[in-house]
Amino acid sequence: MKNSLLIVGLILISVISTWFLARNPATWSGVDETVVEKFAEEAGRPPMAPYINTDQGDLLLFFFLLAGIAGGAVGGYYFRELFPPISKESAKKAPQ
Amino acid sequence: MMMVHVFSFTGKGLPLLAMHISEGILPPGWAGFWFLLALPFVAWGLRDLKVLSAREPFYKPMVGLIGAAVFVISCMPIPVPSVGTCSHPCGTGLAAILLGAPITVVITSVALTLQALFLSHGGLTTLGADIFSMGIVGGFTGWGVFRLSRRVGIPALTAAFLAGMLSDWATYSTTSLELASALHGTGSFPQMFTAIFISFIPTQLPLGIFEGFLTAGVYRFIAVRRPSLLTCLGVEVQAYRSAKTVNSDKGEVAI
Repeated sequence: MKNSLLIVGLILISVISTWFLARNPATWSGVDETVVEKFAEEAGRPPMAPYINTDQGDLLLFFFLLAGIAGGAVGGYYFRELFPPISKESAKKAPQ
Repeated sequence: MMMVHVFSFTGKGLPLLAMHISEGILPPGWAGFWFLLALPFVAWGLRDLKVLSAREPFYKPMVGLIGAAVFVISCMPIPVPSVGTCSHPCGTGLAAILLGAPITVVITSVALTLQALFLSHGGLTTLGADIFSMGIVGGFTGWGVFRLSRRVGIPALTAAFLAGMLSDWATYSTTSLELASALHGTGSFPQMFTAIFISFIPTQLPLGIFEGFLTAGVYRFIAVRRPSLLTCLGVEVQAYRSAKTVNSDKGEVAI
């Protein structure tokens, strides 16, 4: 019951937070645009396109998703190796 | 430095969603300078990685886990509602606490290279500068703050929080220095540095605090879940005893 309430609470907080963020009229630009590029353009050195320009349409979204999957898979694999699941039997044993 | 257009659909500058210094912003001389400054640290980190991996069998999985974490964390834009902008934490403070600063530089170099190649995040010409700010300054600051804090008796979680927060702030301070150095032209360097530094504050001040909490949270997880890792990594001498104390108070069994 406690876990269910926690999960529902987390989902509600996530949805409400997302709604508030989306309602905000801000552009949500990164500091690269608001700071780095601003000063670079004033100094006459605007950024150039990357040599492998994945920032086109949904292509960047695709690559970010792949990066997230790859990072998550690698992290999850090694997490399991370093922090194996605790069995109930080992939890009952005295600490060494 | 030879510029090779491997795969570029347009030739003009684009509003990129990167958080590091974007491609082409640094003049070639400065780009090369930061590369030269970063290379010895990368070599140092590779040497440490080889030595420590041979000595401790769990080092490679730990580097794999932390490396994946730094990669994901450093390309994760977090909205800062107070200013309506986004930025990313670095994760290098956490990495430096657990793995040491030199190996953090290697991890950061790999993460930044992958981001520059596939995510239009940062740039290949600005890689040296980004490695210097995030990997070297961020890593060594995090490591130094943690060690010094523990030496003067500050509790581990507070030390981890300070390390995470200050490594983040140090990274962006260095980015301000790198940009001001390269872009001030005939203008005043201190003035430009101050202007860029102040521009970062509204976003990076809260984000640095967030990174502090993130670092402390991960540290606590390891200290409670598998404290022997901290002692084996040389992070703490008494981590296992501390974890036993925490768990004993709750009536749980230490792992």
